[in-house]
Amino acid sequence: MTDRPDHIPWFRKMLEIRLFEEKVQELFMAGLIEGTTHLCQGQEAVPVGAVAAMHADDVLTNTYRGHGEALARGMDAEAAFAELMGRSSGCCGGVGGSMHLTDFSKGNVGANAIVGAGLPIALGCAMAFKLREEPRVALTFFGDGATNIGTFHESLNMAAVWKAPIVFVITNNLYGEYSPLRSTTPIEDLARRADPFGIPGVVVDGQDVDIVYDNTLSAIERARSGGGATLLEMKTYRYRGHSRADPAKYRPDGELEAWKARDPIDILGGRLASEGQLSAEEQQNLRKEVSAEIDAAADRAAAAPPPTFEEIQSYVYAG
Amino acid sequence: MSTLAEPVPQVQAPAEAADEAQLTYRDAINAALDDEMSGDPAVLLIGEDIASDGGVFKTNAGLIEKYGPGRILNTPICENGFTGVALGMALMGMRPVVEFMFSDFLPTAGDQIVNQLPKYRFMSGGQCAVPVTIRSISGGTGRFGTQHSATGESWFMALPGLRVVTASSPGSAYALLRAAIRDNNPVLFHEHKGLYGRKGPVRRGSIAEVGKAETVRGGKDVTIVATLLMVERALKAADALVEDGIEAEVIDLRWVRPMDVSTVRASVERTGRLLVAEEQVHHGGWGASLISELTMGGVGWSAPPAAVSLPYDQPVPYSPPLEDALIPGADRIAEVARSVARH
Repeated sequence: MTDRPDHIPWFRKMLEIRLFEEKVQELFMAGLIEGTTHLCQGQEAVPVGAVAAMHADDVLTNTYRGHGEALARGMDAEAAFAELMGRSSGCCGGVGGSMHLTDFSKGNVGANAIVGAGLPIALGCAMAFKLREEPRVALTFFGDGATNIGTFHESLNMAAVWKAPIVFVITNNLYGEYSPLRSTTPIEDLARRADPFGIPGVVVDGQDVDIVYDNTLSAIERARSGGGATLLEMKTYRYRGHSRADPAKYRPDGELEAWKARDPIDILGGRLASEGQLSAEEQQNLRKEVSAEIDAAADRAAAAPPPTFEEIQSYVYAG
Repeated sequence: MSTLAEPVPQVQAPAEAADEAQLTYRDAINAALDDEMSGDPAVLLIGEDIASDGGVFKTNAGLIEKYGPGRILNTPICENGFTGVALGMALMGMRPVVEFMFSDFLPTAGDQIVNQLPKYRFMSGGQCAVPVTIRSISGGTGRFGTQHSATGESWFMALPGLRVVTASSPGSAYALLRAAIRDNNPVLFHEHKGLYGRKGPVRRGSIAEVGKAETVRGGKDVTIVATLLMVERALKAADALVEDGIEAEVIDLRWVRPMDVSTVRASVERTGRLLVAEEQVHHGGWGASLISELTMGGVGWSAPPAAVSLPYDQPVPYSPPLEDALIPGADRIAEVARSVARH
């Protein structure tokens, strides 16, 4: 645990994601965000730890539950809020919305609303790097539910055959939409799904950002050095339901509380306090600071206009 | 405003001198791939069984020897997966050409073709381009049976962001495939497997204009619009109609999307009569859309527009005489054209 990057930015980033999504809830109630949102609260260690292990020129694809990876890769909260509010200043000009927080300038090359669709796309990025002999890696984030769709198996197979520089990251939050994993999937450890393709599969404690970072870094280094693909299974939990409409009443009593007892922000916060890096009081102050930034970003985002049809016409076809 | 008329990029005239050669349709495809691959290192081929022995239909002959396995990426059998791979490569600056062994397999990649390729640039707010060409091997007459004989040319025409093009001759196959590969948008390129052996003039270096139909025979009495194999059969029908004193104009529509309604309109304004010849059912196809566009725009019809399409509401059967009877022939096109012309 010695050569580790500074933890305080990680702590701050996890707070930012948590508070960003708190604000999303608030803006939804206020009618400033419409449609649906898929929150990742409780899972913050996965995007923060995994993204911290990436190089600036590595790329990722992710999913409709993608606020975490976008913010972890450095998307400005104002651009993200503006996107959720459908404003022209959003990261996708307001046409994408909550499910498509994409920013090519940060290597976020696609947040996808179709389960499993981002895996082969990330593999294509990885193959472009491999064919051009560039030392770059692609990561693809997806949920436990995606391990039952065809593109998961197709992509792992191709990646293994081609020894592609890619890391497959399952964010296993135990529910595929409204269905508990055990009701849709015959095994508990999804990392075992790497075995038939002859690539490593690793079960990772997704609540501990240090463990997420270490395992992702190993997988990325392996990919970058020509060792091929790895499947990482991040065991975690989402505090909210699948989407805006889901109160998650299907969860057994006590489950949410048990996971909250291992909250990823608290785990890192406890470590920072015990190591004397950031006291409980300093953490409270930081939370207030981040909260104020989030509020200000949301206010600025709300002031922007929606896009016009003239503006978005050029998004359909490239010249 | 036409709902199918989309802005198309300006096409620059090719720098190389155009010299004409007689090539088969198959060799014209091969020449277009070769010329694009030699001119641009970002162009590469992806698909099933494309590397060995020139591929299943031999369109890729000699390319693996010339460009190596890094430019001819042989894949497992997983269309949705490898189409997604092509999209990812395109995002990173490559220009993949994906081969679908049969158009009937396109729906197995339905998500990538419907939700990803055409929408990817749009939903990112224009942050990326998606220069992916899908070469789809289409059409009947080969005795390939129900699941290997569809043209599929109209299945994906309702998708903003996707271009759909059809090749009817060696010359058009060459120029259209080069245009498709050079376009910065996803293009679904249909070639007809019944035409691979046809020989015709190919202008090496020619690059077709996106969204432009080609009038392949002039005439004043009736306009016949066709694609793929139906163009050849419409031309044969036009020859036969001469004996009846009927001059048919034959238009190769080429692009199903964006559709060149104005070229057809200009023709129909002269002839007052239209016949669409399609190797597909009429319902929900490009012929129906074309007639709709023309009608909504107001045309002085001298006769109601007509369609020659698959005459029965059923998939293509294997039985050879039935397959032959189902797919429109020159005789049937001529017969319907006569009744339209004499209306």
